[in-house]
Amino acid sequence: MHELAVTEEILNLVVSEAKKSNATKVKHVKLVIGEMTGIVNESVSFYFNEISKKTIAEGAVLSFRRIPAAGRCRDCGHQFEVKDFVWACPHCGSLNIDITAGKELYLESIEVI
Amino acid sequence: MEIKVLKPILGANDQRAEDNRALLEKNKIVAINFTASPGAGKTSLLMATIKALREEFRIGVVEGDVSSAIDAETVSKEGIPVVQINTGGACHLDATMLSNALANLPVDDLDVLLIENVGNLICPASFALGEHRKVLVASVPEGHDKPHKYPVMFSDSDAVVLNKIDLQPYVDFDRDKFDAAVNGLREGAMIFPVSCKTGEGIDQWVSWLRKQIRDEQGA
Repeated sequence: MHELAVTEEILNLVVSEAKKSNATKVKHVKLVIGEMTGIVNESVSFYFNEISKKTIAEGAVLSFRRIPAAGRCRDCGHQFEVKDFVWACPHCGSLNIDITAGKELYLESIEVI
Repeated sequence: MEIKVLKPILGANDQRAEDNRALLEKNKIVAINFTASPGAGKTSLLMATIKALREEFRIGVVEGDVSSAIDAETVSKEGIPVVQINTGGACHLDATMLSNALANLPVDDLDVLLIENVGNLICPASFALGEHRKVLVASVPEGHDKPHKYPVMFSDSDAVVLNKIDLQPYVDFDRDKFDAAVNGLREGAMIFPVSCKTGEGIDQWVSWLRKQIRDEQGA
């Protein structure tokens, strides 16, 4: 939903990291995105293609590693992947869940020349 | 050549949020970020809160909306300093927007800053502003399943104000299910059932907020 704002930050980070290594071109951008961020890969790629024009990241290929939502039950301690966004412990049925994964939003690596 | 980066994508925003926080603390301002769906009653809650606390604290307001200045005009009629941020389509406030707003507020003449985020329960969760507390405004007609639809926002909020409880007789809203879902996602979350229309429950909400402000001022 907020992919444009997020993609602008991705581009800024990619370009500044590439320049630190005196790179002339960014070939590949690897992103890690949690399922609960609401970020859609295709939308990020679309915006990235547009806003990276005339930068050293123009034409870079984006790849996404998606992290599923996961929780830990505060009552029985069971750790589980959250399926279909059902926020109940599959072991004991409790609703007392700490979110342990799925909010990730980071740049893992870039490939440059 | 592959370069390992491992940096948060919104790290720049997080840094600007820390700068905001430093500016707020330098001026001894306690900032509260209000999030909600559109129409839950953020502005009504802000107005009720201002009315209850304006004799005790010097209050300023930041109004975030995609467009229009309707909310800012409502606040401004109370003689409260207010800055309207029109995000021009963006679905959330970010730390830079708040920083610009702070530059347009009399920061050396404020104790409390009430920030009304854009009505949206997804995007504002990702963008820190530098606030001291996050308050989520939900409302009875939205349904008791709201927490499980927007778990990140609920799990990140220090308190949930449940507005429009005067409408309870007319809708199928299950308070027990709502409370269980909120407490499930955030252990010990405070829930304040209120009606901004009748004034019911506002006292309890305001005394909690007053305590948060005092605690931060003493910190």
